[in-house]
Amino acid sequence: MLSHKTIAVAMSGGVDSSTVAAMLRTDGYDVIGLTMQLWNQRRLAGHPGIPEAVQGRCCSLDDVYDARRVAETLGIPYYVVNHEDRFERDVVRPFVEEYLSGRTPIPCSLCNNHLKFDQLLVVARQIGAEAVATGHYARVEFDEHRARWLLKRATDVSKDQTYFLFGLTQEQLSRTLFPLGGMTKAEVRALAKRYGLALAEKPDSQEICFVPGGDYKNFLDAYMAEQGEGLPDTAGELVTTGGEVIGEHHGIHNFTVGQRKGLGVATGSPLYVIQIKGDARQVVVGNEGELYSRTCRARRVNLISVDQLREPMKVSVKIRHKHAGAAATIEKSGADDIQISFEEPQRAVTPGQAAVFYAEDVVVGGGWIA
Amino acid sequence: MRPYFSERFGNASSIHHHGQETRAAVERARESVAALIACKPSEVVLTSGGTEADNLAVFGVVQKGDHVISSTVEHHAVLNSCRHLQSIGCDVTYVPVNGRGLIDPDDVRRALRPNTKLITIMTANNETGVLQPVEGIGKIAAEADIYFHTDAAQATGKVPVDVKRIGCNMLSLSGHKMHGPQGIGALFVRKGARVQPMLWGGSHERSRRAGTENVPGIVGLGRASELAKIALERDQPARMAEMRDQLENRILADVKGTRVNGQGAPRVPNTSNILFDGIEGEALVIALDLKGLAVSTGAACSSGAIEPSHVLTAMGLAPDCARASIRFSLGKQNTNEDVELAVSLIDQTVARLRELSPVYNKEAISR
Repeated sequence: MLSHKTIAVAMSGGVDSSTVAAMLRTDGYDVIGLTMQLWNQRRLAGHPGIPEAVQGRCCSLDDVYDARRVAETLGIPYYVVNHEDRFERDVVRPFVEEYLSGRTPIPCSLCNNHLKFDQLLVVARQIGAEAVATGHYARVEFDEHRARWLLKRATDVSKDQTYFLFGLTQEQLSRTLFPLGGMTKAEVRALAKRYGLALAEKPDSQEICFVPGGDYKNFLDAYMAEQGEGLPDTAGELVTTGGEVIGEHHGIHNFTVGQRKGLGVATGSPLYVIQIKGDARQVVVGNEGELYSRTCRARRVNLISVDQLREPMKVSVKIRHKHAGAAATIEKSGADDIQISFEEPQRAVTPGQAAVFYAEDVVVGGGWIA
Repeated sequence: MRPYFSERFGNASSIHHHGQETRAAVERARESVAALIACKPSEVVLTSGGTEADNLAVFGVVQKGDHVISSTVEHHAVLNSCRHLQSIGCDVTYVPVNGRGLIDPDDVRRALRPNTKLITIMTANNETGVLQPVEGIGKIAAEADIYFHTDAAQATGKVPVDVKRIGCNMLSLSGHKMHGPQGIGALFVRKGARVQPMLWGGSHERSRRAGTENVPGIVGLGRASELAKIALERDQPARMAEMRDQLENRILADVKGTRVNGQGAPRVPNTSNILFDGIEGEALVIALDLKGLAVSTGAACSSGAIEPSHVLTAMGLAPDCARASIRFSLGKQNTNEDVELAVSLIDQTVARLRELSPVYNKEAISR
């Protein structure tokens, strides 16, 4: 890590990445600030449910302005690079397609895989930076013993973002710095204040950057309308796990596994979405007990701490960002697939989400829940 | 300009001697601008820049129901004004350009309609430097007895610009394009032509553009005009063209997969727009900036837009070629040494970018 002299810092205009830029500058690195312009916030404005003026969202003019001002305060060169095309192709389109297929996507992981640690790394190297630093709460270390780069949870577990970083390769990790991995949010804000950064108190943005207001359904409608395609009709039947048709629904994208509201049917006991069968356009519902699974399959797995899974391994698996993690055994079950067997049945295993495997605070790897 | 920020602070419209002094400075500057483009001082309306001049020309003359002829390669100040006209009930025809970026005057003639009120076509393109056949277009406008406006911001001070030769009723120019200050420009309005003001208020600029004058800016514009006229008379364009040609020839020879956009068309002497196959123009601009060479992709005003240069697209370049093109602009302060240094920086940097570009290497392998 010390061999990297020039570092490109991915700056979002938020407290975290701004503090990273300040820290690295103070530590004597040559820092270049970069913001990736990924989504035009004005693009769908005016469609129902899509706000006109968006603030505090990645790539909004306000955020770019904030990032630029921080760069000026720190005396570092700063540039905005436009990758809207790639973001739409590799993040937004798949997001839409996943929902329309009955899965619940995580665009942030795709953005990390394709944009933040791929495209940005290419640009960084092209302009003379050897590595990229971001404000993610995570840690990277080189393990001499295993001769591998390790991704580890952040010290502040409540802010840990490794769940979204499971796709990083050895090459990418070797050129990535996460300076905030050992700090708490409070420490970061305090540091930002000490550096004299005006945005030390700026609130964090929590939602998906291209879905202002957090309502993905409005987004899907607006995006498909803009594409001139309109939302395809995926209306169909509401069925029980036993196959009995008990009602109908207006589109599979309106549902996610574990959902209780919006089913439109009332029976004696609460009903939950158990499964979404995209091809058949069916939403399968059942009682709480039926939400639990003992097993799960992860596809297109990326392994980090090991190069291969030669034998079954005991790990902790997170099936959602806010999931505490559950003890399980993972086993190779295909070229890029892994079979997960939980010790205790887990609630609402959702296709489209990621299954990320941890050994203590080391990320073993992860894949997409099938 | 400096005295006009402090000691000479009189409002040029005031009766007292402070004002008269400033008034004199404004009028001297106006005369210099007029001399540069061969018109009368009373025909010069001072504005906040080329953009305002373009807006005044378009909105000052066109009304709902009129037809306008423009082109696909105009500066956004003209293009977006025309688009706005379309949204309020006017028709606009945008004549195309050929592969070299040139407009065919016959296309302009063919686009004429009974209700055509204005032709607005630029003298020189800001991204490629290509000079349009404005004299021919002027004749067409005169025959049809309709207004002809030309955005000459990229041409004035670089090549001789004579409003009588061009035959235009209105012409825009911009201070910062002639080594003058930013935020100042002018619109030539031929005697007899009437523009409705966009800024209503006092009777400044013969009631064509209200607002207390930006005196330091105007004084700067005037001086820039004087210096430009002298340079034109001393044939500086020829020397500038030599340096630009040297830059181009060296790059084309040293770097594979390069092409000049607008090659073969008449161009202003200081501008060069070059396509570098297989690289991202944005990355090249940043990499060069970090090494001390300032260049640009497209015009300076477009920022982070998803569309590649509309000018290059209009010339037939595919989007990835448009994005791989860089504009080099030389100024009177540049020397042959600057050109040599630039060439060597460009050679190294393009090589590095191509080496690190997944796209370029994939294509190279499959060839």
